[in-house]
Amino acid sequence: MGKVFAFHGGIHPPENKKQSTRTPIAIAPIPEVLTVPIQQHIGIPAKVLVNVGDQVLKGQMIAAAEGRISASVHAPTSGKVVDISMQPVPHASGLSAQCVVIETDDQEQWSDTQGLADYTALSKPELIDFIRDKGIAGMGGAGFPTDVKLHLGDDHIVNTLIINAAECEPYITADDMLMRERADRIVRGIEVIHHLLKPHHVVIGIEDNKAHAIRVLEEQLKGHPLNIDIVVVPTKYPSGGEKQLIKLLTGVEVPSGGIPADVGIVCQNVGTAAAISDAVFDGKPLISRIVTITGDAARKPQNFEALIGTPFDTLLEAADVDRNALSRLVCGGPMMGFTINDGSIPVIKTSNCVIAATADEMPPAPPAQACIRCGMCEQVCPAELLPQQLHWFAKSRELDKAKHHNLFDCIECGACAYVCPSSIPLVQYYRFAKSEIRNEEAEQRKAELAKQRFEARLARQEQEKLEKEARRKARAADAAKAQAQKAAAPVSQPASSEDELKKLKTAAAVARTKLKKAQTALDKAKADGGDDIAQLDLQFQQAQQASDKAAAALASAEAGQTDAVKPAVDTKQLKTAAAVARTKLKKAEKALASAEEKGQDDLDALRATVKELTQKADAAQQALEQADSGTSAPAVPDTKQLKTAAAVARTKLKKAQSALALAQEQGADNADELAKTVAELEAKAATAQAAFDAAESGSSSAQPQDKTADLQADVDKAKQTLEKAQKALTAAQASGSPAVDKMRAGVEKLEKKYQDAVTALQAVKGSTEKPAAEPELDLKALKQTVSIMRTKLKKAEKALAEAPDDAALADEVARLTQSHDEAKQAFEAGEAKQIEQAAAQGVDLKQLKIDAAMARAAVTKIERAIKKASEQDSDLRELETELVGAQQHADKLNTTLSQFE
Amino acid sequence: MSLIRITSPHVHKPASTADVMRLVLLATIPGVIAMTFFFGWGTLINIAWASLLALTFEAVCVKTRARPVSFYLKDNSALVTAFLIALALPPFAPWWLTAVAVFVAIVIAKHLYGGMGQNPFNPAMVAYALVLISFPVEMTRWTAPFVMLGEGWNVAGFNDTLQLIFGGWSNTADAFTAATPLDEMRHRGGLTTEEAWRASAVLANVGAWHAVSAAYFMGGIFLLYKKIFTWHAPAAFLGSLAVISTLFYLVAPDSYPDPFFHLTVGGTMLGAFFIITDPVSSATSNRGKIVFGIGIGVLVFTIRSWGNYPDAIAFSVLLLNLAAPFIDQYTQPRTYGHKQAKRGAKEKTS
Repeated sequence: MGKVFAFHGGIHPPENKKQSTRTPIAIAPIPEVLTVPIQQHIGIPAKVLVNVGDQVLKGQMIAAAEGRISASVHAPTSGKVVDISMQPVPHASGLSAQCVVIETDDQEQWSDTQGLADYTALSKPELIDFIRDKGIAGMGGAGFPTDVKLHLGDDHIVNTLIINAAECEPYITADDMLMRERADRIVRGIEVIHHLLKPHHVVIGIEDNKAHAIRVLEEQLKGHPLNIDIVVVPTKYPSGGEKQLIKLLTGVEVPSGGIPADVGIVCQNVGTAAAISDAVFDGKPLISRIVTITGDAARKPQNFEALIGTPFDTLLEAADVDRNALSRLVCGGPMMGFTINDGSIPVIKTSNCVIAATADEMPPAPPAQACIRCGMCEQVCPAELLPQQLHWFAKSRELDKAKHHNLFDCIECGACAYVCPSSIPLVQYYRFAKSEIRNEEAEQRKAELAKQRFEARLARQEQEKLEKEARRKARAADAAKAQAQKAAAPVSQPASSEDELKKLKTAAAVARTKLKKAQTALDKAKADGGDDIAQLDLQFQQAQQASDKAAAALASAEAGQTDAVKPAVDTKQLKTAAAVARTKLKKAEKALASAEEKGQDDLDALRATVKELTQKADAAQQALEQADSGTSAPAVPDTKQLKTAAAVARTKLKKAQSALALAQEQGADNADELAKTVAELEAKAATAQAAFDAAESGSSSAQPQDKTADLQADVDKAKQTLEKAQKALTAAQASGSPAVDKMRAGVEKLEKKYQDAVTALQAVKGSTEKPAAEPELDLKALKQTVSIMRTKLKKAEKALAEAPDDAALADEVARLTQSHDEAKQAFEAGEAKQIEQAAAQGVDLKQLKIDAAMARAAVTKIERAIKKASEQDSDLRELETELVGAQQHADKLNTTLSQFE
Repeated sequence: MSLIRITSPHVHKPASTADVMRLVLLATIPGVIAMTFFFGWGTLINIAWASLLALTFEAVCVKTRARPVSFYLKDNSALVTAFLIALALPPFAPWWLTAVAVFVAIVIAKHLYGGMGQNPFNPAMVAYALVLISFPVEMTRWTAPFVMLGEGWNVAGFNDTLQLIFGGWSNTADAFTAATPLDEMRHRGGLTTEEAWRASAVLANVGAWHAVSAAYFMGGIFLLYKKIFTWHAPAAFLGSLAVISTLFYLVAPDSYPDPFFHLTVGGTMLGAFFIITDPVSSATSNRGKIVFGIGIGVLVFTIRSWGNYPDAIAFSVLLLNLAAPFIDQYTQPRTYGHKQAKRGAKEKTS
């Protein structure tokens, strides 16, 4: 070991390091107020544990790490929390962030912190958790939570541990001074990291401009049992970049988009190693760090050990910075640091240097000249990019080309901008292009998601439409079948539908089982972190859809069955009627009000109308209520509630599942808990569904006697409703109210329902008492039977024509012909009977039908005329009278007609 | 405390485009001295005249384009173009020839394309090619080096030269002129190279041209040392020209001059270190520059050996300028962390 490889490019800016290494590390004064940001690391901000007014002790945790990539924050000294608010923090964009502001009390009272007597006694996860609790994040500049890197040994083979002591940026000497003065701590920290990662060897990479530090480290490592090498690399910026240092020390390149652990390497900064040592051996959390204060404006440039949260102003004062000469405050190094314009910004875990520069030292950049493609940038680029090409692409917004030229491998080290003879701010161009590309990609993802959602919605709607159609067809077929069977053998009907229901139930159960299996598989995959999660997820969703579908089909079949068994009064229509009546009433009231306001003459008429309408609305409401209570058979509310319960349980389950998925995705801690909840909810949903199913089957298999009784009650109630509605209608007609039509429609519907109820009752009675229903009542059914028979017959005949020798077929045809003829005869007989009945009363049925149709047409005509007239405001009354007459005529005819049909 | 906000980097290497151009101008000094020594005052007068014209045209163009005039004049790029044109033209080139050349270079080849950094072709070479085609007589009247002239003769004096350049051509001037070695070699008729060497007075005194080439070479090495450009393009150009001429010389020494001749006469050295290293119009990546240089080397040999023109630097450079964007697409360097370099203009969507 000890061989140094080379990386491409690099520059040699003036080092400016000597100024700040002349005096040893000084302890910075403790300011009156410390401003401690809760996010000083990459990842999720820590969660604040204290409240305003709390007394905190030195080293007490004031914000806890939250999520996997996060670091906790500790009180740098004892004092009182005076504020928790947004404060300016060291950030390239000058942002503010949540900070805990502590008023110090000069007591420096330590909280109860204890180091580990023997860290090897702890298990690895325990030790890593211990370090995590000390809030250690990478001290090199990025601030990546250290515990995450220490876990890398679990799923990567770590061959090499690199300790980054290069400190290649000019001006900064914090690591240099740390090595000179506290090399023992660094080495102990390395031991701890070594214990956790078990690398084959450890390399400390250090630039050759730190001779003193190298000597001290070598001294420290003499006779050390571990395989630790110090490799001195030539001073060249940016040799301290993680990727560049790895290339320098091992000759290996970190794959683009990968992390060093992918090639068996883990990098830690020397400062981080020292912090780990402090945490493990002394129990001291990361509450202070070494900061270089330098620059030409500082009269006493030196390194300070400053508490986290110390305002830069305090340090600048300590370094005797000449405020008049100061023109630029750079946080970090001159190559990659950022300026701050507020001295109250605090020191954080990653603040390694503050440069108080004069205007001569860092003059403003001259105006950029045109790029002459001299290629100097290319010669110094450590990532081996073509910076000037990237510059052209960024300038002309050819982002695709920039990406193709590996823009995202740029580490923004600034070497290209440093050498550019045209003073082009190249790095800014790259940052701009990168953010543009990121924005564009985010937009694209959003659009893609929206598209997927839209397509899924379309598919779902299509599916629903199909299902609806299928259900409608099934119902029509069922109805036809039922009627045919009623005509032929009414007893056999319920059994077949029950069979179908059973089938559906089985299907639903199977679908549910599949769903559960898919769920289990998915959960397992998620727990194991398998690759096929996406596919499993898809399967799970499909299973869920199938299950839902099956459940829906089952529910609809059950509903259909209930409908078939108990033709209840149509409450829906009644409801509509009631609503309409109410609306009319409101309108009339409004009209009245406006009329009253304007003092019109027809006030009385309007008032009467309102009164009537009120009555009508009440009547309709009553009818509705009665119908409602009439329909609500004893078993129905139970099943309904159960259904709702089951649905609610399912919804909860789904929510919990999605929450779980989200949690698993984000790797949150409470995923297990969520998983448990989901399982519980699943069980609950299953129970609810089962209860519902049981109730459903119980209600559907109610005793026929009960049904008859129920139906009888239905009939009675419907009759009452009808009578009331009729009365209301008559009243309305008498007053010539405009709501008459609607009322009449309602009444007609009620009539129909009443008749339906009677029919149903009779059917049930017939099925239980007298199987042979009266044929004349089922003229329509007879007609259908005839047509079915005709179809069957035609089919058989066709078959016979194709195979004339088939005796069986011939027999079949003969039989079918016979039954067809019989059915036809029955139908004709029924029809004849009907006509006869009509004739007996002196009515020509056919003529009646035509008359009724014409009367209806007349009504429609007049209605239209009224509408038109009302628009033109003329002859309204006359037309209305006419309408009433026509309606009455039509109604009469209809009534007569319905008697015969 | 009023502090400025600015993003990194905060330090900048004290070098500017003007400095780069100034170094290039400095590097031409050995060549200028050699030219003046061997061919008289013409070169210096041309440089002065061309510089004056170039700065004037540049100023007018920049002003017309509503840019800050002094800011652009200070970048020295117009002066570099003027120097290169003056060095490439014959020392006794009439004033209007130089004027046309500088106009074409500054106004047409540079500013009409968008000015500094935007020109796809080397402005000096566009100008040279144009006047070479348009005014062949004036372009082939090269001054004879003093070593060629008889005893008691010297190159034209300062006043004579001024008279020649600005006053007009007189028959007495023919005494000062001669063909270039490349011309002699090209138009040697049925002679073998060996016979040509013996017959031609110009070729007998080719040492003058060698000396000038050596001066340019020195300037080039200086720029290389100063890291103004990389070795890639010059080395590739000279290397490929040497290799290909050696091959032909070894096969048929009677028909083809030796590689040393190719490397040291005509515009080879001026081209290698001052023309093809123009960053604006050449390929960008190191590998691209190698391809660029090889292309020029091959074309130069081809045109010199079988073309109509005795020298070929301008045409070769212009042709390869055309190809530079294409070369760039296929010579991207392998970026850190990538297994291989990307080729072509766009990501293959597979």
